[in-house]
Amino acid sequence: MQRKNISTFILNNEKVAKALPPGMVVLDYLRQVRRMTGTKEGCREGDCGACMVLLGRIENGQLRYQAVNSCLLPISELDGRHLVTIEGLNTDSFNPIQQSFIDESASQCGFCTPGMVVSLTGFYLNSNELSPQQAVAALDGNICRCTGYTSIKRAANVLAKQAEKSLAESDDLQRIQLLVDQKILPSYFLTIYDRLLELQKPQESVAPGASPFVAGGTDLFVQKPEALLDADLQLLTRDKKLAEIKIENDSCIIGAAVTVEQLQNSPILNDLLPCLRDDLKLVSSTPIRHRATLGGNIINASPIGDLTIIFLALDADLVLDDGAHRRVVSLKDFFLDYKKLDKKENELLEWVQFPIPPKSSLFHFEKVSKRTHLDIASVNSAIRLQMDGDVIAEAHLSAGGVAPIPLYLSKTAAFLRGKSISPATVKEAAEIALSEISPISDVRGSAAYKRLLLRHMIFAHFDALFPGRFNKEALL
Amino acid sequence: MKHVDISLHVRGEARFIDDEPAPEGLLHAAVFSSPISHGKIKNLDVSAALKESGVRAVFTAGDIPGENQIGNIIQDEELLAENQVHFIGQPIALVVADSGDSARRALNKINIDIEELPAVFDPRQAFAKGDLIAPPRTFSLGDTDAVWSECEHIIEGRADSGGQEHVYLETQASLAIPTEDHGVRLHTGTQSLSLVQKIVARVLALPMHNVEVDTVRLGGAFGGKEDQATAWAGLAALAAFKLNRPVKLVLRRGDDMRMTGKRHPYSSDFKIGLAKDGAILAWEARIYQNAGASADLSTAILERTLFHVTNSYFIPNVKVTATSCRTNLPPNTAFRGFGGPQAMFLIESAIFKAAEVMGVDPAIIQKKNLLNEGDQFPYGMRAKNCHARPCWDVVENKYSIKNRRMEIEQFNGEHEWHKKGLAMMPICFGISFTSTFLNQASALVHIYQDGTISVSTAAVEMGQGVKTKIAGIAARVFSIDPQRVRVESTNTRRTANMSPTAASTGADMNGQATKLACEDILARLKQRAAAHLAADASAIDIRDETVFLRGAKTDLRWDELITLTYMDRKSLSAQAHYATPKIYFDKTKEKGEPFAYHVFGTAAVEATVDCLRGTYTIDSVKLVHDVGESLNPNVDRGQIEGGVVQGIGWMTIEELMHSENGKLLTDSLTTYKVPDIHFAPDIEIEFLQDSKNPPGPFHSKAIGEPPLMYGIGAYFAIAGAMKAFRKDVQFEFDSPMTPEKVLMALYRE
Repeated sequence: MQRKNISTFILNNEKVAKALPPGMVVLDYLRQVRRMTGTKEGCREGDCGACMVLLGRIENGQLRYQAVNSCLLPISELDGRHLVTIEGLNTDSFNPIQQSFIDESASQCGFCTPGMVVSLTGFYLNSNELSPQQAVAALDGNICRCTGYTSIKRAANVLAKQAEKSLAESDDLQRIQLLVDQKILPSYFLTIYDRLLELQKPQESVAPGASPFVAGGTDLFVQKPEALLDADLQLLTRDKKLAEIKIENDSCIIGAAVTVEQLQNSPILNDLLPCLRDDLKLVSSTPIRHRATLGGNIINASPIGDLTIIFLALDADLVLDDGAHRRVVSLKDFFLDYKKLDKKENELLEWVQFPIPPKSSLFHFEKVSKRTHLDIASVNSAIRLQMDGDVIAEAHLSAGGVAPIPLYLSKTAAFLRGKSISPATVKEAAEIALSEISPISDVRGSAAYKRLLLRHMIFAHFDALFPGRFNKEALL
Repeated sequence: MKHVDISLHVRGEARFIDDEPAPEGLLHAAVFSSPISHGKIKNLDVSAALKESGVRAVFTAGDIPGENQIGNIIQDEELLAENQVHFIGQPIALVVADSGDSARRALNKINIDIEELPAVFDPRQAFAKGDLIAPPRTFSLGDTDAVWSECEHIIEGRADSGGQEHVYLETQASLAIPTEDHGVRLHTGTQSLSLVQKIVARVLALPMHNVEVDTVRLGGAFGGKEDQATAWAGLAALAAFKLNRPVKLVLRRGDDMRMTGKRHPYSSDFKIGLAKDGAILAWEARIYQNAGASADLSTAILERTLFHVTNSYFIPNVKVTATSCRTNLPPNTAFRGFGGPQAMFLIESAIFKAAEVMGVDPAIIQKKNLLNEGDQFPYGMRAKNCHARPCWDVVENKYSIKNRRMEIEQFNGEHEWHKKGLAMMPICFGISFTSTFLNQASALVHIYQDGTISVSTAAVEMGQGVKTKIAGIAARVFSIDPQRVRVESTNTRRTANMSPTAASTGADMNGQATKLACEDILARLKQRAAAHLAADASAIDIRDETVFLRGAKTDLRWDELITLTYMDRKSLSAQAHYATPKIYFDKTKEKGEPFAYHVFGTAAVEATVDCLRGTYTIDSVKLVHDVGESLNPNVDRGQIEGGVVQGIGWMTIEELMHSENGKLLTDSLTTYKVPDIHFAPDIEIEFLQDSKNPPGPFHSKAIGEPPLMYGIGAYFAIAGAMKAFRKDVQFEFDSPMTPEKVLMALYRE
């Protein structure tokens, strides 16, 4: 017998309260249960964007919308929220986004187009910078195979130029009002805030000990959607305390359910690690970053997880809780073997914490993948150095894609400590790093390539952190 | 004029196969396919699958009432494997259930025992074993043997190009509905409706008139739904016919990628001979095409490879032999360019290598050898209205290529790790199906009493804008508002014996047929107007929905003229057939005039390579393209932009990888990367001015395929940048040029 929970949410302009399998993905609900077919199925793994929807929720009193892939979004995430599909954006006339697509001939076969329109609506609702670059970046999760994107970029440019400058400074409801005035949103959006408040509040905490835990689900719903269909999902994103970023006792503490986007927008992290915001643009796509979490990236244990690699170099610790007791384990020691963790089934990763690096600390992240955006790395690597003059006082170095686990390069880091910056140091560090790794040949590249790539990433780290100090001849 | 369906696209209201409202009693199907590349089926047990909840039936080869044969050019492909399997992903059984999920779940309950046989994946190995789809073919001109001694430079080498997954956003899909008279009606995502009709009739042992196929639009196709849409239609039809219930089969992305064929990988050896001044005197190549397990369109694709082995160049002495080799991969198939891109990559590789040896820029050799009016192709035809040189010259001038080269040189001098490269990429592409009989199309035009028009043709809309062009042609012939014209779905009941919408000919041939049908009705309308105005029909014309008499505007408007003609009991309908004139090809001599005309153009492609990391960006593509007199500049621009990026993808990041036993490893969009919005370069397009094309409708030219081949320039732009970093870098001419290949080549010992 299929498990069904009552889900209560608003779909476009309609309140829904219906018994549905909690782990059914929203794409299937829309297309199969509701036969709302403007949302398309292209890949079921968040890699094409044809199924894009907007998810609206009240957060700290603000109504916020984000574009998300409905193929990776479980129904139970809809509770108390506003789900918007292309049908919910249509009015009697074309909205400015639709009109710009028409004007610029930005659609050929039309299959990806609704997803593009939804993503650009998300840009208007969400972007803190209404530039053409940001409008284009809002489409980084949408694949089009027909247009070559040129006409789509033209449309995005027009839209960014049309955007009211005041949008970015407006609070949530003002912004929605402005977008309704510009006919980008239908007027019913003005009623959503109050209607969401009237909906029954879903449970907002997670009990350690009960599973399956689901964070953003951006990997889980690719890997095993069938197994999750009827499961009583423990949605970590519901638990506010898991979504906090704070500073306590010289440590930065990040909830496991903090999304990549939250990391990017966190004033605390932007202060501690100014380059992180841009580094994280290399993580998947905008809609995936809205959902994917730090904890999910770590627990998924992919040897190539970008966030894991970054936090290894930050010398992070994990706080785990099984409901009975809480323990701390170093991220470096957490990965035992391929997808094998120092974690009991019922243990919940609650926090990721790392010591606040001194202001003078240096940090750099490298990632190479076949396609720069929305791709998984062939190799990635992060480094953090604490300098004492020209001497390395403290060093942390990590690499992904070069071992069965996300690797902390402990020998290389140990070697670097106490060394002064010179080409010889860098070259030797690279050699030591190569002795620490055991890459395999797979779809991300041959073992030989990954070795060469890591060597060059170590060069790139130092070249980036000490610009002008290393010329080509000195390194090669 | 905008794409006729764009207002539906932007609202998500354009219906694709899986969006159609479900007919009553709809069942869903899923395909069980071979897990082994080559083997004998010893035992197939579907009994456990049949017991799964929701499962209604499981069909295997034995259930096929007619012939278990879907091959078209060569009949070598079963609908469901009976005794042997030839590739991983070959359909063996079809599960039909109440829901798609139930059907897919039951696939795991099918048990099969296959005795594994040796498998071959390399076309050269297949060639050595004599495992060919058809005998080799040779195109020749002049006498290569006689001129080698005159050549200052003789360069030999090898060039390989990889396959390419179509990644049409809408996967293969078909909905089959049984009819009252034991036939089937199919809604199928196909470029080739008559082929589906013929094969379904053959599989079900039905007369063709009992199989109706209807196609509204495809969510992309690019050749991948020319022959390869047939199997899924055949399977859905089989289930619907046997169960007397509507059945829908929609492939999930991974199944689609594993089960369907791709662009053919090619492996070739070449030998090129040049005079001191860079003139190419002789050109020889041996080409091995990786056809996959059955013929599909491979022989036709190989033929087009032969037609394009000299790309946009005149070479007086040519001898090229090409062979289609059978391997244990899914049957490779049509993909935009249809063997042409592989041929062009081959000769461009040879030119690049020759330029390295001669110590010149490849552009010197390219420009030196561009086709001139009257030059002969290896297949005997001569270049007419040849615009190879004008396109090249306009690119050089308009985009200040000389300056760009200087700027690039300066950049390369100033940057240690980042290097730029610029490659020119001229193209010449023949328009017509190389199988002459396919060059026919027809149109059925009705004018209704309110003056609106319905046009049916053989052209399938797949995003390429063919409906828009056809609506434009009808509106232009009648001189009416295009809003009055509706281009209908493509349907075998309204249009018979259709050629596939392929070879870039959709708008040309169906446009010409539409023009003829409209002109037929127009003649009757003019007669009626003449009678009404008591004048001669020759004195009548229609402009902007108004009748003019001897050049003077009358009060007679379009709507009234239609009413008058109807009341006079004259036909407001016409059907017309168009057959491309003059073309022929004699395969015994490998000579003829296979093409109505050629499309020309040149692109300048720039790339920047990060030589520390091996990554690159394709910065810009600036091109001049010969569109003739464009029927619709919006559509043509979009086709060029899309083609260019698809071609760049093929040359750079789109990499198909298989395991040692032939399993596709890149079977998802996570592992097979197509260009995204950040990867796509800036594209500047100039249409060649004053280009006339008498064979095209209203002097227009076909647009679909040729621009893809500009993408080949990306490979050589990257290669040029790599040379700027390391002079002695060795190229293997083994596309795609992935970041891995760049880095490995730059640092090879």
